[in-house]
Amino acid sequence: MTEKLKVATTSLAGCFGCHMSLLDIDTRIMDLVQLVEFDRSPLTDIKTVGKCDIGIIEGGAANTENIEVLQMFRDNCKILVSLGACALNGGVPAMRNQFDLNACLDESFVNGAGVVNPGVPDDPELPSLLDKVQPLHEVVKIDYYIPGCPPSAEVIYDFLTRILEGKPVDIPYAQIRYD
Amino acid sequence: MSFILDGKNIPFKEGDTIMDAALNADTYIPHLCHDPEFVPHGSCRVCLVSCNGRYVSACTQPAVDGSEVESNTEAVNSIRRELVAMLFAEGVHICPACEKSGSCKLQAVAYYVGLLTPRYEHFNPPGRLDASHPDMIIDFNRCILCELCVRASRDMDGKRVFSISGRGSEASLVINSESGKLGDSLFDVSDRAADICPVGALLPKHKGYEVPIGQRRYDITAIDGAAAREPVKKSGKSDD
Ligand code: SF4
Ligand code: SF4
Ligand code: FES
Repeated sequence: MTEKLKVATTSLAGCFGCHMSLLDIDTRIMDLVQLVEFDRSPLTDIKTVGKCDIGIIEGGAANTENIEVLQMFRDNCKILVSLGACALNGGVPAMRNQFDLNACLDESFVNGAGVVNPGVPDDPELPSLLDKVQPLHEVVKIDYYIPGCPPSAEVIYDFLTRILEGKPVDIPYAQIRYD
Repeated sequence: MSFILDGKNIPFKEGDTIMDAALNADTYIPHLCHDPEFVPHGSCRVCLVSCNGRYVSACTQPAVDGSEVESNTEAVNSIRRELVAMLFAEGVHICPACEKSGSCKLQAVAYYVGLLTPRYEHFNPPGRLDASHPDMIIDFNRCILCELCVRASRDMDGKRVFSISGRGSEASLVINSESGKLGDSLFDVSDRAADICPVGALLPKHKGYEVPIGQRRYDITAIDGAAAREPVKKSGKSDD
């Protein structure tokens, strides 16, 4: 039997919806684990990325930690896949890009409705927010893109099967969706 | 008189553009700023076709007898993809959070040309919203400057509520009223201009999500009328 392909996944500034959609492939995940081995992923709870064949990233980059993880994925994965609307163009978190970052923090933590103990959190453990939420391709080179919010289980499954079979990846017209 | 469009014979009459003839023959050529009810504007360029080997915009180019026109080819669609990607990059298009999603022409054309990635760095323009009108709202960052509302208001409603001001990357939709607000203009929800916007820039209020995502116009039938869309299955919904 040929060696299993190593796959790592992570969620940056996303909602885990894309990972939920991945799990929506249901029992086909049993076929998938015959072919792949999961490295770092919320599914394995491994926290570091080893050398991988495929890295799949949900969510855009909203803070310094996201950038670090993204860079780590790029350094260790042969193929990097942007999964879902937020990874592709920032998605809902990027709606804050239309406003000044301090105005957003102020609205959330200082002068917003119903705020108690006003004050912007400044614990040194917290990663700093980026001025703008960035889609992944603005930070590192991305090899494949799968749009959708979230992409359906079908799209994800078809994509992964094609990659695993070494076939050219092409998302059919009927499967392209941005919402 | 006729021409060949992607191998299909398209008849036309004197004065028809390539787009007129194609529309009459129920053959889709992507377009955003064109609507057969209005004088062609020729600004979005997504109707680009190759006519006898020269790139022209189908909505403004008069049809030529015996010509060979290519539209749905990878060569043409790859240029359209760049055009559409630029529209996405210069505005703010967060489809999952847009009420127009599923019935938006920009999105549907992007599906048609197979745009999978934004490709360019986002401009991230500052947010600009006009909610002053009781029945309509404008999100300027979704406006693609197609001037359909401009033409509808001027030519059909006789009001000239909208115009485009500035040039190049400075161009922007402006409202003709003392305050510059839609609520202070002559605009009315029954105007032709109220339901012409191809994207989610000029939207009716009080109708949010009346039709669920996944059941909207281009969710059911793709913009070219041909391809059936794959039904949406979202996480969290069981299949049984
Ligand atoms: S206007 Fe169209 S392309 Fe822009 S966010 Fe709304 S649905 Fe998406
Ligand atoms: S508001 Fe809509 S119809 Fe008017 S110019 Fe912008 S995109 Fe076109
Ligand atoms: S439709 Fe022809 S240029 Fe816009």
